Amino acid sequence: MIPAGTATPRPRDARLLVIDERGAMTHLARADFQMLVREGDIVVANDAATLPASLAGVHMRTGSSVEVRLAGRDSLLPRDATRFTAVVFGAGDFRTPTEHRPHPPRMHPGDELRLGPLRAIVVAVLAHPRLIEVRFENPVAAIWEGLARHGRPIQYAYVPEPLAIWDTWTRIAGLPVAFEAPSAGFMLDWTVISALRARGAAFATLTHAAGISSTGDAELDRLLPLDEPYDIPASTAALIEASRDRGGRVIAVGTTVVRALEHAARADGTVRPGAGTATERIGPRTRLRCVDAVVSGTHEPGTSHYDLLRAFQDDEVLRRMEREADAHGYRTHEFGDSVWLAHSRSSALIRVLMIRGRGCEGRRTPSRRLLDRSDGASANAGRP
Amino acid sequence: MSGERQKGLRVAITGGTSGLGLALVRELVDRGALVAFIARHREGVERVSRERPAAAGIVGDVSRKDDIHPIAIQVLGALGGLDVLVNNASSLGPVPLVPLADTDCEDLERALATNLIGPFRLTKALLGSLAASARDGRRPLVVNVSSDAAVTPYAQWGAYGASKAALHHLSRIWSEELAAEGIRILSIDPGDMDTPLHALAVPGADRSTLKSPDVAAREIADLVVQ
Repeated sequence: MIPAGTATPRPRDARLLVIDERGAMTHLARADFQMLVREGDIVVANDAATLPASLAGVHMRTGSSVEVRLAGRDSLLPRDATRFTAVVFGAGDFRTPTEHRPHPPRMHPGDELRLGPLRAIVVAVLAHPRLIEVRFENPVAAIWEGLARHGRPIQYAYVPEPLAIWDTWTRIAGLPVAFEAPSAGFMLDWTVISALRARGAAFATLTHAAGISSTGDAELDRLLPLDEPYDIPASTAALIEASRDRGGRVIAVGTTVVRALEHAARADGTVRPGAGTATERIGPRTRLRCVDAVVSGTHEPGTSHYDLLRAFQDDEVLRRMEREADAHGYRTHEFGDSVWLAHSRSSALIRVLMIRGRGCEGRRTPSRRLLDRSDGASANAGRP
Repeated sequence: MSGERQKGLRVAITGGTSGLGLALVRELVDRGALVAFIARHREGVERVSRERPAAAGIVGDVSRKDDIHPIAIQVLGALGGLDVLVNNASSLGPVPLVPLADTDCEDLERALATNLIGPFRLTKALLGSLAASARDGRRPLVVNVSSDAAVTPYAQWGAYGASKAALHHLSRIWSEELAAEGIRILSIDPGDMDTPLHALAVPGADRSTLKSPDVAAREIADLVVQ
């Protein structure tokens, strides 16, 4: 697929490849995304803002230039912004593809890193020589100022121009805890959110510290995604439960939302509100309990993001999705086009049947919903 | 007035080291709100931080595009979210005040950058947090500090008056648009106050006729915590 090499978070011509429960495919303008959403559904997005998580500086023991990319932390609490998991790169910056970057000097516990106004100590070397835990020595307010003023958004070589921080913030961006943009959310704006509500769907958010997507090192990439803290507001958990009770679908905007919701999901598909840390890898053997469809950027096979999609549809459908996207010139990466992938074993239909069985119908009659489900491959695609 | 709402209410105030902004920082900190304030000069920020250590001081200039996101990041880093944004920082334009015909374009641009574009940008950068506050049922609010010069055409107040008029109207339109999100945007005229900005504009004013910024701050604080 073609990398989207321009930092346009909301390109007007962005497209959406729609794969319904049965694996049938259609194409939509991404701006028409809300046409896929039905009354009673809930759309859940990640409202994390992107931290300027790339810090250039010096490894003091060797005097070498390094780039430290913050990649994880234990909680979302602002006062806990002292300890981070980080990936270290050698000299240079995003203009060199990660796989061609020089190695950093070997890190040892106790080593000091000077990152602009920030002073960090290497606390531990983790499961890979370039994966470290760092502790900032500055007061917390000075850490936030240092990140805000000295940090730059993490960026890859396929976008040649330096990203501005606002290129990486979605319209709904709130707490700055994501290490890379939760880019599926670029498709949302306030006009779309308003249109969702007008259709009788709910909109809700959670906050998930989206980690880094690639390090340029296969061994290190295999450790991704790292554990990611998240927070699910009580209001979001309540809206999800209400939507499911009505037979509505839970539509996740982005793989981070899937990861958080499935980590917090109870057996009955409702979610525990509050703070948690998503630790599992979602893949082909994951049984999804909460999410019925995911809207995501396009991802390359072998990445953890792609593996997550395998929980929604089998590999044959995903291969067809790849071919379809390739054939139609879809652009990949965070500023590219998107896919809507419905869960092939979504329980939404079963929930509707159960509701009908209980005789407590939602605002919309189940028979009408069943009609929608049964009219073939176009059921998911573009019914206004 | 609800004491409940003040506790844990997360408020950011621009122009927080003098005049109305400083009075608001003091008033809201003393009422138990979590306050972050923004001002251009580090000495001023440090002075107010020493006076009210509970408030988070942030150095930044809302008229500069490149400062907006660093300010927003630090506000959210200090407060963990946001319920109230007070866009208070203001520029008079030319000092001393002069008729529009003698106003340099750059002075008008500076007034617009500080009084209109800056509040627009900062509100946008923090809108996701305000919307999250609304979804949590915390009734978020943006207060844009306006002036009677936004409505009445006072001679010599052209740059200031035009920029505040634009801010006033922006507030009204935005308030309409964001009502469905549960975010209120208010434009408030605090009255003629005894502040450094007023002294710059009207050096010979009889200060005894001017409203104390402390009084205006209490009025706005009452509104914010309702």
